[in-house]
Amino acid sequence: MAANARAISFELNGESVAALAKPLETLQSVLREQLGMTGTKAGCRQGGCGSCTVHVDGEPTLSCLVPVEHVADREVTTIEGLGSAEEPSPLQAAFHEGFATQCGFCSPGMIAVASALLERNPDPTPEEIGEALAGNVCRCTGIAPIIAAVEDAAARMREGEEVRT
Amino acid sequence: MSAEPGRRAGGGNGKPFDVVGRTHERREARGHVTGSTVYIDDVSYPRMCHMKAVRSPVPHARVNGIDFSEAEKVPGYVTGLTADDVPKNVYTILCLIGVEPDEENVLAEERVRYVGEPIAVVVCETEEAAFEAAAKVKLDLEELPAVFDVEEALESDAPIVTHWGTNYFVYEGHHCRRVRYGDAPAAREQADRVISGRYQLSPIEHAPVEPTGCIAKPEADGRVTVHTNTQAIFFSLDNTAIILQCPPHKLRFVGGTVGGGFGGKVDVIVEPLATLAAMKTGRPIKYVYTREEEMQVSSTRSASRLYVTDGVNDDGTIVSREVTTYHDAGAYSRHSPYGCTKHAANAAGPYTIPNVSVDVHCVYTNRTPSSAMRGFGVTEASFALEMQMDRVARELGVDPWELRLRHAYRNGDDRPYRKTTEDATLVETIQAAAELAGVELSAELRAMSSDDRAGKGVAG
Repeated sequence: MAANARAISFELNGESVAALAKPLETLQSVLREQLGMTGTKAGCRQGGCGSCTVHVDGEPTLSCLVPVEHVADREVTTIEGLGSAEEPSPLQAAFHEGFATQCGFCSPGMIAVASALLERNPDPTPEEIGEALAGNVCRCTGIAPIIAAVEDAAARMREGEEVRT
Repeated sequence: MSAEPGRRAGGGNGKPFDVVGRTHERREARGHVTGSTVYIDDVSYPRMCHMKAVRSPVPHARVNGIDFSEAEKVPGYVTGLTADDVPKNVYTILCLIGVEPDEENVLAEERVRYVGEPIAVVVCETEEAAFEAAAKVKLDLEELPAVFDVEEALESDAPIVTHWGTNYFVYEGHHCRRVRYGDAPAAREQADRVISGRYQLSPIEHAPVEPTGCIAKPEADGRVTVHTNTQAIFFSLDNTAIILQCPPHKLRFVGGTVGGGFGGKVDVIVEPLATLAAMKTGRPIKYVYTREEEMQVSSTRSASRLYVTDGVNDDGTIVSREVTTYHDAGAYSRHSPYGCTKHAANAAGPYTIPNVSVDVHCVYTNRTPSSAMRGFGVTEASFALEMQMDRVARELGVDPWELRLRHAYRNGDDRPYRKTTEDATLVETIQAAAELAGVELSAELRAMSSDDRAGKGVAG
């Protein structure tokens, strides 16, 4: 590790973590390479595809463009913090059951953006969902089932329960 | 889960059918939505090195020299590879099914033939060092005239791309892939009119969200484990074994999780070099494309140009179809010779036309190699021929639905490539499409079926 590396600490999925970061090392690199949080994907590493989106203090953020210093002492939530295979979030369940994931590579970023949207707007229109997801590239599933899954998740969350179809 | 009555028909093994009409969980999807699916980029090993390619900045050049001296000074530099290090440096992917000749260099030898062609690779301790070292490899290139257009490439004074002296693939001694059925030129002469069109596709990049790549890890028993996102794992394993001239059992390929492919991850490009470097250094090697490489270097759908000439009678019958296609393979064959054969078989469209003549030229240019992509060969034909069907309908003043339904192939029809049609569903598919589109077909057209020859042609 370079001599000019800095120790950065932040809260990751509710736990305090620390990393020794090289100058300008991205949040994406620290999450994936140092902390093993590989659910955050690297599709372009230039802010173009959205697959690396995480929450920083609840706001969707492109982790490939953010130096990790930026999140010092802040709260970072990755796809691993939004739910688990055993206890998926309503969005994860809706994506799963609604076939809103195909190759799956864009799904963590899609779900990160959609969950932030539903925090601010519990009943978005399809247009609002499409606008929120405009920075996330899906190459195989198609945007229609993804928008439908977000609507489905919003309905589940408003009703406070999972509505299985 | 118990089957409903009527679903119980069962296959040969007596098990009930219980899949159609029900929702079934995709087994891998739970991992996809929770971020726990492991893609190749998520695999890491201690002491893993990173590989990056040194690529041609020009479309056609003689390679006079490669100088690693500045790259070797980059902290973390481990090694570099050139064509001299590759046991069998000249290959073609479809050698596995007998396609010849071997013609693509794993790493360029005396010439580069497209922008981005790999000339050397560097291996470094970190990805940053690998980028820096690759940028510091000095190339002595002597630029040559290049050709980018399929028809210009076939002119007598065109720069020659291939090593065998013509810019086309040779099919069993012929300069193009041909289909002859009936006598199309004679039928055209007799037809009431001739309707022609020129159709051009642009190359299309697959643009998977997950870039192409692999990780090759040497094992203590002398084998190499390769984690790859290939769509064709045995193509990759077999070609890697051939290129490295090693027994296939020395290689263990792990795959199956692909972050988008669409045919773009069928070529065998990254595995041989990563495996070679792993064998040479004894260390795990990661070789993953950047987004720029994915867009610039990975293969595309071919830019095909089609000339379609139909002999048509005023009663609305297409009596002949002649198709000449120039398929842009780019600089190397990859899957293009095979794609052109598929194209030739389908170049009359899914229509029964009594006289067909097809010439498909698989042409080499100094563009990015084209290769497999979703129905390649056939899709290009469909694009052009459906536009041609609309053109014919427009010029004759007939309904395009009717023109298609009258010519749609039926069970029992001979195809131009000498196969008898079985299990056709085109008539029914067009009828269903019309209904979905809100198009009212006449009673005569609605009564047509794939088993009914009566609807064929006005005189039929």
